[in-house]
Amino acid sequence: MAQFNLPANSVVRSGKKYPAPAPVPGHSVKRIVVYRYDPDQDENPRIDTYELDLDTCGPMVLDALIKIKDEIDSTLAFRRSCREGICGSCSMNINGANTLACIKAIKDIKGDLKIYPLPHMPVVKDLVVDLSQFYKQYSSIQPWMKTRTEPSSGRERLQSEEDRKKLDGLEECILCACCSTSCPSYWWNSDRYLGPAVLLQAYRWIADSRDEATDERLQELKDSFKLYRCHTIMNCTNTCPKGLNPAKAIAEIKKLVATRGS
Amino acid sequence: MNVNMLRRNRFSGIIPLGKGAVVHWWMQRLTAVVLLPIAIWFAFAVAMLAGASYETVVSWLQSPVVTALLFLFVVATFYHIKLGMQVIIEDYVRGWLKSASLLTSNLACILLTVVGIAALLRVVL
Repeated sequence: MAQFNLPANSVVRSGKKYPAPAPVPGHSVKRIVVYRYDPDQDENPRIDTYELDLDTCGPMVLDALIKIKDEIDSTLAFRRSCREGICGSCSMNINGANTLACIKAIKDIKGDLKIYPLPHMPVVKDLVVDLSQFYKQYSSIQPWMKTRTEPSSGRERLQSEEDRKKLDGLEECILCACCSTSCPSYWWNSDRYLGPAVLLQAYRWIADSRDEATDERLQELKDSFKLYRCHTIMNCTNTCPKGLNPAKAIAEIKKLVATRGS
Repeated sequence: MNVNMLRRNRFSGIIPLGKGAVVHWWMQRLTAVVLLPIAIWFAFAVAMLAGASYETVVSWLQSPVVTALLFLFVVATFYHIKLGMQVIIEDYVRGWLKSASLLTSNLACILLTVVGIAALLRVVL
C-alpha cells in the first residue's frame, strides 16, 4: 500500500526553544516554528521554536530564516539565492502551503510561522530536500529546442508575436518544485509520474512554434503513469508562487494527445 | 508483446507503451458523459414508477427505448467503475496486492455487468 504513516525514525519530536533575548517594549515578537533534521545525529526530526523581534527583521520569511541563522542558530540549513522569487531555491512549506520563502511576507501569516521542507521529499538536512529525481525527470523531457529543418532566414528561428504569446504562463516557471511536491499523485507515484512542474515544462516545448519534435514529445508522454496520473486535483495551480497554471498545461497535453492521434 | 510497444523508461525499467493510457482516458470521459443524462433519467423514471404494479413496470421495461437505455446504463456504469477502480488501485496499492486487487475489481465488474444484462433480458424477453 501507499504509505500513510511516518516510519518510526521519521516521527517528528518537539525540539529546542530559543526565546527572544530581552523583549523591547512596543516591538512585536513572532514565534517561528521550524522543522529540523540532521543526518549526522542519530535522532528523529524535531521542531525548534525561535522567537524573533520583527522590528529588527526584514519583511519576508526568508529574512527571518537568515536572521535565525546569523544571530540565533547557525546550524539551520536552507537553500536561498536570489531573494526575489526568480531562482526557486528557497521553496519550502510555509504554514501548510508550498511557496518561496523570499516572496512570502511574514505579516501575511497569522499566529505562529511554521516552516517545513517541501512535503514528501527525502530530507537532506533541515529545510533542504533531495531534488535529484525531480531534475532527472526534467532532463527526461529533453528541455531544449529540437529541430530538423534549417531556419528559413538562414540565421535565427523567428517567431510571430502570437506564437510567442503561447509561451506566456509557461516560460516563467522557475522549477522550484512547489507544485510537484504539493501533488498527492506525485507523492504516491513520483517514481513514474512526471509531476506538474515537469509536465508544464514539457508543454512549454510542445507549445513552442519553433520546436519540430511535437509528435515525438507527445508520443513520449503518452503513458498511463508519466502523464495520466494527473487527476486534476489542482493543488499545483493553487500553490504556484509564480501564479502559473500547471494543471491547464497538463490538460492541454492530454487534449493534444487525444486529438492529434499519431 | 510487440517490441515496438516497449520503450525503455529510465525510471521504471521497461513498461508497455500502447494506446491503453489514451483509450482509458477517453473512455472514462465518454462513459461519464453518457452516464450523466442516463442516470438522471433512470432516477426520475424509477421515482415516477413508485407504487406501480408489476405488470406496469414490466411493460415499461419492454419498451425498446427503455431496454436499450438500461442496457447502456449497465454497461457504461460497470465500465466506468472498472476504469475508476483501476486508477485508485494503481495509485495506492503496491506489490502482489495490486495485481490481486486489479483482478478482483475487473472480475467483479464483468460479473456484475453480466448479471445486470441477464436480469434485464429475463424480464424483457
